[in-house]
Amino acid sequence: MHPAFSILFFTTLAGAAQGLVVLLALCVLLGVPLQPGFLPMALVVAGLLLIAGLGASFLHLGRKERAWRAVLMWRTSWMSREVIVLPAFIGLVALWWFSVQLGEAPRWLPLLLVPAALALWYCTAMIYACLRFIEEWAHPLTVVNFILIGLSSGLVLGCALAALAGDADLARVASPWALAATLVAWFTRHLTLRRNAGLRHRSTLQSATGIRAERLVQKSMGMSAGAFNTREFFHGASQLALKNIRLAFIGLCFMLPALLLVWAMASQTTLPLLLAALVQAPGLIAERWFFFAQARHPQSLYYQVVS
Amino acid sequence: MIQWLKDLLQPALNAPAPATPTVRALPGETLAKQLALVIDLNVCVGCHACVTSCKQWNTSGAAGPLADENAYGANPTGTFFNRVQTYESGSFPATETIHFPKSCLHCEDPPCVPVCPTGASYKRKEDGIVLVDYDKCIGCKYCAWACPYGARELDEERQVMTKCTLCVDRIYDDLLPPEDRKPACVKACPTGARLFGDVKDPDSEVSRAIRERGGYALMPEWETQPANQYLPRRITPPSGH
Repeated sequence: MHPAFSILFFTTLAGAAQGLVVLLALCVLLGVPLQPGFLPMALVVAGLLLIAGLGASFLHLGRKERAWRAVLMWRTSWMSREVIVLPAFIGLVALWWFSVQLGEAPRWLPLLLVPAALALWYCTAMIYACLRFIEEWAHPLTVVNFILIGLSSGLVLGCALAALAGDADLARVASPWALAATLVAWFTRHLTLRRNAGLRHRSTLQSATGIRAERLVQKSMGMSAGAFNTREFFHGASQLALKNIRLAFIGLCFMLPALLLVWAMASQTTLPLLLAALVQAPGLIAERWFFFAQARHPQSLYYQVVS
Repeated sequence: MIQWLKDLLQPALNAPAPATPTVRALPGETLAKQLALVIDLNVCVGCHACVTSCKQWNTSGAAGPLADENAYGANPTGTFFNRVQTYESGSFPATETIHFPKSCLHCEDPPCVPVCPTGASYKRKEDGIVLVDYDKCIGCKYCAWACPYGARELDEERQVMTKCTLCVDRIYDDLLPPEDRKPACVKACPTGARLFGDVKDPDSEVSRAIRERGGYALMPEWETQPANQYLPRRITPPSGH
């Protein structure tokens, strides 16, 4: 598939914001002491990321003025469900920030935000996982990866914010959580890479055309220049670029942040936490780019040879 | 739950209400009538007349205009509902050239319909045609991702998803002579490779052709139950034997 940057930014920004909100909610619920002022500051960061993500998803639409219509088909469409859950999540984050500003926030808010974040991750991932013939996506691991990578990026971001705000206690508590989430996410993403590498697609040129011949080749796709079908379903990058981006995202998204977190925990310093967030940001984009680029749509069987 | 809201908004949003409102088929509903094309690969000569007549009719009709970008440049690109592709089977010298027209298959279980977040994509209950309401489409392209056949194309100028309508604005037009109430591609085909009719009617020309000529569906592995079917090539014995 062609990776659209609007979707790459939306899913990574919102995913990190959700992870950050889960971290804050867990800290409040488990009674981890936070520096005064840290919670509202971190909630503002999460809110800004979510709004930026929402803006990016808007840019994906051809007819933005009709975007409100996307809530209507929630009975059948995962995209519709996501469009409902995302503003609801933003609203809950805003409500929490507001009640923190007013004084003591009710406990049900953080308690509700954890399942809300999970629901949003689930809706986002199911948009891809429910397409049964895009076999790279149609697997429960897609959901697991969206949740774990979002959690990892949010926890790493939370550690970096704690480091910036000088909240050493929170950094000490959250670093092992971030490390655990990053390592588990690395493992499940690796499982997906391994599964996709050995994937044998069910559709073939023979099943696509019904022509039962052992040797069957396309001689013409029916047009000399491109069409929507040749643009939307192919990433346009070389095999070498694909391989390099795969290496880059494993290094930047999982390996380096994990090493930096270990360094931060061993040395009790905060600089590696900042570095981890900075290194992981491009890694997240690369990971999502690869997620789309690796998916092979069966329609591309019909568009292989110009003439 | 939200239906009352939709009903409330409907008249205001779609000002000219159609004379006979189209009823949407429910997911998994079995329809009494299913219009479809049956494509005879044995006689298609790959002339692309169906492609150009489809483009002409649909760019001038209710579905149009279908955008063409850079039409006179080095890389022209445009919106088409129908393409003719060419394949070669077998090994030389025993090769065969097969011309293969491809358009929306109007699946009986269309995967493009339930994924649409706005309800712009729908399947008609009365005749099974899968359509896009261009006034409701937000151009998110999700339905195109959900079609394994690549039957949908985003119109780059209007930024809405477009697809074959089976010439819905033509086949029911009482102002046309009865013999012209067929999709433009069917009318244009010089070899009669495109048959049009109700595949649910066992006595229709299309049902008979499917039955007698071994009609088959594309990508049966995804269980979309395409309404359009293809008739395979057959060896014609040399005359005089």
